[in-house]
Amino acid sequence: MSDFIGDWHALLILLIAGVIPNQIWRMLGLWLGGGIDEGSELLIWVRAVATAILAGVIAQILVQPPGALASVPGWLRYSAVVAGFAVFMVTRRSIFAGVVCGEIVMLSSKWWLG
Amino acid sequence: MRSVASTVLTLVLFATYLGIGALAHDTHFSLAWALASTAFVWAGPAQIILISTLGSGATVVQAAIAVTVSAIRLFPMVVSVLPMMRTPQTKRRHLVLVAHLTAVTLWVECFRFLPHVPRERRIAFIHGLGGGLVSVCLVATTIGYALAANLSQLFAAAILMLTPLAFLFSTARNCRELADGVALALGLALFPLAAMLNSGIDILVSGVSAGTIAYGVHRWRAGP
Repeated sequence: MSDFIGDWHALLILLIAGVIPNQIWRMLGLWLGGGIDEGSELLIWVRAVATAILAGVIAQILVQPPGALASVPGWLRYSAVVAGFAVFMVTRRSIFAGVVCGEIVMLSSKWWLG
Repeated sequence: MRSVASTVLTLVLFATYLGIGALAHDTHFSLAWALASTAFVWAGPAQIILISTLGSGATVVQAAIAVTVSAIRLFPMVVSVLPMMRTPQTKRRHLVLVAHLTAVTLWVECFRFLPHVPRERRIAFIHGLGGGLVSVCLVATTIGYALAANLSQLFAAAILMLTPLAFLFSTARNCRELADGVALALGLALFPLAAMLNSGIDILVSGVSAGTIAYGVHRWRAGP
């Protein structure tokens, strides 16, 4: 059982470095977002910023890849995304087709490169 | 529950959390730790960032800053999701769990599913959908943790690649207004520029400027 839980110190770190830094933004959104009207102009701006920050997170994973993804060369990561996006558009916005195509491009090229 | 099963994003989440479970195992965190991070952090990129920064020997404060910068997006997401399910009778405490469950997948699915759900049932719908997604991910975290030793480098790279692909396409499909599309494209393009500043809050810089420009384009197109 102690293997399952590990040490309490690590769980404390999880709380401080993982849970609180996340929840603070959600609860702030709950607190401030309570009064905004659906369809208001402010909400269009807020949604545009949320979309753009998410785009930044996507770009960060591609430009500064974590862990094992760093073993895939940059040009290959970008071509996989471009190919996936092309298929996504051609298939009338199928997320599944886009993701599968992007993964196939990356895996097959990586395998072919050795 | 049908909604949980019918979304491709659930599959992507499952695979992503396999990867997070494996990452936690390789960085010598306990299974309970990994499960607690899935249940209480509930944001894939934040968990990947948390585990990899702590694993690389960063201090708790450094890890907390890296995580909180990636989590800023949750703020506008919560703000934009909540008005969709509020009724005049809704108290703020009814929305606490919805706010906790809000992450990219749920945010995207809200815009897809909620228009078909009667307003007074939307909170219950989100509790069901979000709870289902969390359960799926807890299972995936456990399996990933158990399998970690057998994962190849290539497979691990493929799992990490799922996040940008799925986030990009699901956000792109949700772009209904011009402002959303412009924000997505500009947000991608501006991040590498903002990263050159190396400010530690690059994503915030590129996100707020790209979002504001996109809103400006929306206003300009809408006319005076």
